[in-house]
Amino acid sequence: MNRSSMWEVVSGIVQRDLLLAMRRRSDAAMSVFFLVIVVSLFPLGVGPEPAVLRIIGPGVLWVAALLACLLSLSRVFTADYIDGALEQMVLVPQPLSVLVAGKVFAHWVISGLPVVLLSPLLGLQFGLGGEPLGVLVLSLLLGTPTLSMIGAIGAALVLGVRGSGLLVALLVLPLYVPVLIFGAGAVTSSMAGIGGEANLSLLGACLVLSLFLAPWATAAALRIALE
Amino acid sequence: MSVNWSKYSSPQAFYPLAGRLIPWFAVVAVALMGVGLYMGFFVAPTDFQQGESYRIIFVHVPAAWMSMFLYVVMAVWAGIAMGLNARLSFMMAQAIAPTGAMFTFLALLTGAMWGKPTWGAWWVWDARLTSELILLFQYAGVMLLRTSIDDLRRADRSSAVFSLVGVVNVPIIYFSVQWWNTLHQGASVSMSTGSKMAATMLTAMLLMTVAFWLYSIAVILARARCIMIERESQPVWDEKPAVIPEAVEAR
Repeated sequence: MNRSSMWEVVSGIVQRDLLLAMRRRSDAAMSVFFLVIVVSLFPLGVGPEPAVLRIIGPGVLWVAALLACLLSLSRVFTADYIDGALEQMVLVPQPLSVLVAGKVFAHWVISGLPVVLLSPLLGLQFGLGGEPLGVLVLSLLLGTPTLSMIGAIGAALVLGVRGSGLLVALLVLPLYVPVLIFGAGAVTSSMAGIGGEANLSLLGACLVLSLFLAPWATAAALRIALE
Repeated sequence: MSVNWSKYSSPQAFYPLAGRLIPWFAVVAVALMGVGLYMGFFVAPTDFQQGESYRIIFVHVPAAWMSMFLYVVMAVWAGIAMGLNARLSFMMAQAIAPTGAMFTFLALLTGAMWGKPTWGAWWVWDARLTSELILLFQYAGVMLLRTSIDDLRRADRSSAVFSLVGVVNVPIIYFSVQWWNTLHQGASVSMSTGSKMAATMLTAMLLMTVAFWLYSIAVILARARCIMIERESQPVWDEKPAVIPEAVEAR
């Protein structure tokens, strides 16, 4: 029996998760449609004044991105937990945290990347343009992987627990606060003419910190859930 | 004389020790609270800017300090519990959460009572208020996660992991909201510059802090004893039935 390298195992997991998502494309499409609908509701509720929309735009887009990520979190581990694949992953000789990082990356590609790609269009609806629009895309590109990373901890903690959908929101949303502040702050300060670099750097720092700590915490949570 | 401290990591030995300690902590806490409140309300001078309304800080500031301190203590117990797989440490972490949440709520409530006459608003989206509110959410998360999981061992370990994740996040949240927006008056007490307050004010505040601290110890020990009775309602430590004499009496 040949022992496959760590990289092969991770890329195998990423390929498998992406393939599964491709076979059930409506799952991934749902969170994107959710994002579009939530974002479209705000002008209907607040009123169509362009000045108001431009002020609330960055915050609305970011909160909608948080919620879209949250809704798709249950997909990271639940199916594998039910069919027993997750237990096999725990038994693999490669470190579980690395496998978790692969699964989280696949989750980001499925649910985070579409949000990033769609954001310029939604930003235009809120009257954003020019540099702020670019900063919005960049902030989402840096921020949504962090959301997937932190979210995976919550998803692993509530695995198989009753009422897990609501519980994961209560656990994860407070942890999302810094990302929300820096992400929306980058766009707002770019609109104010200060430039979004400071907030973007902080978003990058959050990403690095979560890359370092979150897979490890998620692996610990998965081991507890599978005991 | 050396004391075998590890002996008290067993609930069986800890239960009577906690029972003996609780009255002492409780009595000293009440006494200090009495002195602190007397100093705060009758001895400390009236503030020349804020008038009498500032006196809420004798409850507000110690409550806010305790709310953050207890979260860290809870996370430390959770870390010890995960590292050593110690039953008692899980129980202590469980016992701390409600008291910490209570102090967080008290800090928010007294802050609102102070904010209305001073800022003219019950609530403002200021950095410290916001981070305190998020701290309350995190306490709620720890407690809700525990109650949602039926399996005791998993409940213990999952909430321990979540409190450890939270303790990494709390400072990040604190700084993020501080850079985001701040209206709160700057800290009057700091380690680097010393205190800018009148000596009697500072004394009263520190007395209240120590009183709240001792109160927390007393309440947490009492709650830990309740948790022990709940979990060990059929003690398996020993062949003898009456391992927790007081618990058996209580039933």
